[in-house]
Amino acid sequence: MSNGEAAVKGCDITIENVSKSFGTFHALDDVSVSIQKGEFFSLLGPSGCGKTTLLRIIAGFESPDTGIVAFDGRNILGIEANQRQSNTVFQNYALFPHLSVYENIAFPLRLKKLSSAEIDRRVMEYTHLVQLEGHVQKKPNQLSGGQKQRVAIARALINEPSVLLLDEPLSALDAKLRSNLLIELDSIHDKIGITFIYVTHDQSEALSVSDRIAVMNQGKVLQIGTPYEIYESPATQFVAKFIGETNLFDATVSACNHSGPEDYMVTLEIPELGGSIKVTDYDETKPGQQVSFTVRPEKVRITLEEPPAIGKELNVFRGVVEEPVYSGFQSKFYVRLDNGTLLKVFKQHQNYLEDGPEIAWKDTVYCSWSANDGYIIEVINQ
Amino acid sequence: MKAGKTLAGRNYGPAYSYPMGLWFTVFFLLPILIIVVYSFLKKGLHGGVEWDFSLNAYVQMFQSSYAKLFVRTLWVTLLSTIISIVLALPCGYAMARSKYQTLLLFLIIIPFWTNSLIRINAWIAILGNEGFINVTLRNLGLITDGLPLLYTQSAVVLVLVYMYLPYAILPIFTAMDKFDFSLLEAARDLGATKPQSMFKVLLPNIRSGIVTAVIFTFIPIFGAYTVPLLVGGKDSYMIGNVIVDQVTKVRNWPLASAFSLVITVFSTAGVLWMIGTSARESARKKTSAGVQEAVQ
Repeated sequence: MSNGEAAVKGCDITIENVSKSFGTFHALDDVSVSIQKGEFFSLLGPSGCGKTTLLRIIAGFESPDTGIVAFDGRNILGIEANQRQSNTVFQNYALFPHLSVYENIAFPLRLKKLSSAEIDRRVMEYTHLVQLEGHVQKKPNQLSGGQKQRVAIARALINEPSVLLLDEPLSALDAKLRSNLLIELDSIHDKIGITFIYVTHDQSEALSVSDRIAVMNQGKVLQIGTPYEIYESPATQFVAKFIGETNLFDATVSACNHSGPEDYMVTLEIPELGGSIKVTDYDETKPGQQVSFTVRPEKVRITLEEPPAIGKELNVFRGVVEEPVYSGFQSKFYVRLDNGTLLKVFKQHQNYLEDGPEIAWKDTVYCSWSANDGYIIEVINQ
Repeated sequence: MKAGKTLAGRNYGPAYSYPMGLWFTVFFLLPILIIVVYSFLKKGLHGGVEWDFSLNAYVQMFQSSYAKLFVRTLWVTLLSTIISIVLALPCGYAMARSKYQTLLLFLIIIPFWTNSLIRINAWIAILGNEGFINVTLRNLGLITDGLPLLYTQSAVVLVLVYMYLPYAILPIFTAMDKFDFSLLEAARDLGATKPQSMFKVLLPNIRSGIVTAVIFTFIPIFGAYTVPLLVGGKDSYMIGNVIVDQVTKVRNWPLASAFSLVITVFSTAGVLWMIGTSARESARKKTSAGVQEAVQ
């Protein structure tokens, strides 16, 4: 997460009712987002969801059919890309192949006709920032993928923009390098303190570094929130499925018990689970509503013995382990419940004592979760 | 290594190129040798040569009238080449970014189906006194006398550009096609104006294509003789015309050979320059590929 030592710089970005079509394809459909000064803001969604189009509109490579984009309250849509207070890190790096690393990074400064001493000072400063000292005389095709992306980042930052736009900057790199560069990117954000807008289709990238995330699909923004909000209380089924893994069920509200100010116990009939479950819900759900219910796999406990029923708030289902997947720090279990439904359960491994007896293939197990670990995503109809 | 020495493992590949090598030696190198030798001989009385060493041809070549002709040829060639390149750049750019590349390439190639003499004569029909332009302008009442379009230096340059433009477009298009146009967006993003992004990013990256285009237009135009003969005036003679005249009319073969040699030397210098450039380029790419491997 950002903020901290560095003073918050950069600018606010307001996107209001932006729509953009390419022929009959609606890339953006009435999108409104407001991004705060110095925020690390991610646009997250599957390919074709419009996130890159939105970034290109902010950068000035596309103009929207309708709507307004403003930096610090000033509409920038009439301003050419080269005059905007934003710089972009491109997915394919877009380094100039005919120029050395030094000249690539110095490119914006040469255009400004700064003195060579000043250029030298600043290029050295930014090559230090992205840890590329010793590579400045190389040509881009002599660099590894990670180094190329560092050059692209330094080149985009050297103009001291108010906003850095990052278009899937890590997608061409391998997993290990990706996570390292992501942490570096976050620390660069902390040092520089300008607004970052980060486009990605990788939910784990977005969750780990963003201050806030906008989840997009089919040209629409489905939810804007902190990583915690997006993960714990997804606004739609799509968000729940796209961010992390989940168990998703259609349900009917059968009873709402509002016995106390803190107690909003809702009973859901879930045909797929062959029974009813309890869930706490603070929204105004009413009996008879069709809703969508989710419980994250890591919130389900898996045990060999039936857990003692403490109160009525524990939902327990019996099943057989169909497929255990061991992955070191955790195990994934695909459990076939007695009524035939498949339930995903993730068990975090801690230490020998707490882990309990090992659960294996074909074991009969009990899957349980408490009422406040489930979540009603959305009301499908009244 | 040992396998290479056994009969079965021997590589006969290079042997297949021997007939080609022989062909080139006989039919390419030999005529050039003959020209070189002839240029140092005495002119025969009724054409041909006398086998006597002489520098006469070269002395004649440095006459002031020929110097003027040489400068004019160089000027017309440079002008036509530059115009061709300047026109080819936007053409190549448009073709590389177009959805209809195949169709456009096809359109460029269509003129080659027609004999060049016929195409030059078509220009006479356009530019002549009773040609398309003059007739149209007269019918519109804009002029009374015909404009002197044909048999001028400008007509020569115009038709030369027309003839050799495809040779400039094709290599430039090939280079543009390989160019990553997102680099232009990157340049704009970093503060470059549209012209700056063209001159600082696009042109340096298609340099090899431009070099090839210059050579492909400069060399044939430098030796051109049909175009100045057919659409040029009496002041439009180029070296190519002198050579033809010396061979067919004046019958001074040593002088014709000496002029040919000048053209060949100029052309060879150009080709060597091109080879040098591409060799340096590939050497650079090779070392970088090595580094890439080392990195991985």
